[in-house]
Amino acid sequence: MKTRTTIFKMLALLIGTAAVFSSCKPKGPADVAMGDAASKVYVAPGKYDEFYNIVSGGFNGQIAVYGIPSGRLFKILPVFSVFPESGYGYSEETKPMLNTSHGFVPWDDLHHIALSTTKGEHDGRWIFANGNNTPRVARVSFKSFRTEEILEIPNSGGNHSSPFITENTEYLVAGTRFSIPMDNKDVPISSYKENFKGSISFVKIDPVNGHMNIAFQLRTPGFNYDLSRAGKGPSHGWFFFSCYNTEQAYTLLEVNASQKDKDFIMAVNWKKAEEYIAQGKGKTEKVRYAHNTYDDKTHSATSKMENEVLVLDVSEFPDIVYFIPCAKSPHGCDVDPTGEYIVGSGKLAAMMPVFSFTKIQNAIANKDYEGDFNGIPVIKYEAALHGEVKKPGLGPLHTEFDEKGNAYTSMFVSSEIVKWNVKTLEILDRVPTYYSIGHLSVPGGPTAKPHGKYVIAYNKITKDRYLPTGPELSQSAQLYDISGDKMRLLLDFPTVGEPHYAEAIPASMITPTSTKIYKIEENEHQYAAKGEAQAKVERKGNEIHVYMTAIRSHLTPDNIEGVRLGDEVFFHVTNLEQDWDVPHGFAIKGAANAEILIMPGETQTLKWKPLTTGVVPFYCTDFCSALHQEMSGYIRISPAGSNTPLKFSTGKIEGQP
Amino acid sequence: MLSLISLTMLAACAPDRPNAGGGDPAKTAVEEIADPTKGLGQIKSVTLNTPLEQERIGRGKAIYDMKCSACHKLTDQRVVGPGWKDVTKKRKPEWIMNMITNVDMMLDEDPEAQKLLELCLMRMPNQNVSLGDARDILEFMRENDGEK
Repeated sequence: MKTRTTIFKMLALLIGTAAVFSSCKPKGPADVAMGDAASKVYVAPGKYDEFYNIVSGGFNGQIAVYGIPSGRLFKILPVFSVFPESGYGYSEETKPMLNTSHGFVPWDDLHHIALSTTKGEHDGRWIFANGNNTPRVARVSFKSFRTEEILEIPNSGGNHSSPFITENTEYLVAGTRFSIPMDNKDVPISSYKENFKGSISFVKIDPVNGHMNIAFQLRTPGFNYDLSRAGKGPSHGWFFFSCYNTEQAYTLLEVNASQKDKDFIMAVNWKKAEEYIAQGKGKTEKVRYAHNTYDDKTHSATSKMENEVLVLDVSEFPDIVYFIPCAKSPHGCDVDPTGEYIVGSGKLAAMMPVFSFTKIQNAIANKDYEGDFNGIPVIKYEAALHGEVKKPGLGPLHTEFDEKGNAYTSMFVSSEIVKWNVKTLEILDRVPTYYSIGHLSVPGGPTAKPHGKYVIAYNKITKDRYLPTGPELSQSAQLYDISGDKMRLLLDFPTVGEPHYAEAIPASMITPTSTKIYKIEENEHQYAAKGEAQAKVERKGNEIHVYMTAIRSHLTPDNIEGVRLGDEVFFHVTNLEQDWDVPHGFAIKGAANAEILIMPGETQTLKWKPLTTGVVPFYCTDFCSALHQEMSGYIRISPAGSNTPLKFSTGKIEGQP
Repeated sequence: MLSLISLTMLAACAPDRPNAGGGDPAKTAVEEIADPTKGLGQIKSVTLNTPLEQERIGRGKAIYDMKCSACHKLTDQRVVGPGWKDVTKKRKPEWIMNMITNVDMMLDEDPEAQKLLELCLMRMPNQNVSLGDARDILEFMRENDGEK
């Protein structure tokens, strides 16, 4: 009885504490997640989620794959950053993926995702992503969930307004965040207005294999290009970019780039630019940039250095680019599913302008301009405006859309999602987020055919949402049900890295074509051992090449002798398995790089340089069978110049034939 | 170590992969019950020709070298899996081809396959061998067993 009283007392104390605690915050979670929220996000054991959520990793340089509605993490998919877990960026085959004109760059800041579309709708072929720091774009296969191509962007000071794509994935764009002097010119920073330029690259996507090539670049006025979206439907053929720092400040931008009432949305007629390029009007510029591709037959990447781009200076072609004034430092620049409305989110403004594509076209036809900026026409604000969303909240950043004509805008400063009607501009609902939402995602939200159902918030601040883990906390994502009139918080889930933009796509569009194995018959790796009969060890000067096979549960060869100090050993490991979910791993003591994980039918190579004589064990790192612990071997390292004969075997006992 | 083994075996038997197996196990098992010595799977009857088909033998050996030889010797020596010597004399051709092409169901339901699993303690991997390729391997096994 006494015990029971104590429990009651403790419980009361707990509830009391919780109540006091929550009253200090904007609103406690209990006030928001209601009723049957748990059942709406519960995916029973062995069942699949309804959506894939493809989430940028921000400063981890990777992409994370989650299930929606459960919020379960399925995969961390390395793109611009090395990943010792799989050997990405460490294996000989994948090192070239991270090559750039600056050499091997093992990290980047991955901000935005673009899923390929056909006729403006998701087609489930590729994931595109941007590298913000050392300007790059990447293409990831939706079949293998692996990075297949990375293209460096020359003439760029930071690839932020990227990798947004056109309706049929004809192009993705890469707009420079920071303007810079082109051609690596040595000039005073204070000569910004005179010498600094913007650059927007149009990267052509091969419709069959997805291969990327820079078709042309637009040379644009020197300020900051933030985000962008392609037109669709009636506005197909146009691209829209948000621009800030039209003050052209080069120091203390926090203050100096926030002086004007309005910056710009830049409207680009890319079909017109295409025409000029076809007429040979592009100027060839000498540049250097790396183009890296991965081949899933040779299981290897190659890096090629490209050396020119075609450039159109928009000041010489007055009908490619138009500016539209947009309230203070616009961030998001989002096009609704019909392609008619363009939402500019001025992050310092108290309202959000929505522009009409039809009105923009009329304004251009009637030359309804208020002047020009560096020779580029500036359309009159009212002439392009559909209307303003009044007092939407503080710090509007990004807008996604549902299939019912509604928009959802993230409000960073006031920590909320605001739902409003695109046509009437009427605010319909608002829900708090915990805390300081950045991007948000509605499944299919940026496409012509949103899938709707949920909106996911990617918050910048986590604070007290999860068990504390020291000064650094995981980021918090939140899932809201948007199927009814009111948005309802269903779930918090932690995310890795720092998510920026994300997209969600129905699982049914992806799962049927997901790669399960690589066919061993189709393995064209030059060091593949397609069967144990091909396993061998070869010496080429001071290089030792081990053609090794792995199958449950042995490595062949597993005894290697005749290696000498000063040699470099290349373990080319072929996984002979042909069943789903049976990778093998390979690691050797003292390796200065990482392990490698080898998928069924694949060959991957770990380079190892022994530093002392002796006998060194190696083993399989991926628990593969009941006899996994037995899956190991030894390599003997003899002194330099010794004459230990080169030999290798598996299952051979000395003294026996 | 023992607990690890039992854990792995347990995990391997659990129906946790919605798309890993093929067809409806229960249904197929009922159909197959007529002749348990033929195993479980798509192979109901196999026609064997004499003399051996040389083209099949060549192809069968190539597949053996790439996908099977790591675990099966051509002698009667057991390494990871049983040696292949005299397998065609001990098993029906249908059983052999079902074991090759429908390995997960065989290991889960066929008593003879389960005996081998207890012996080897290693689930034979599904090596993604087509029906045609399995027939070629069978021909190679017959040659290995001395048929002409």
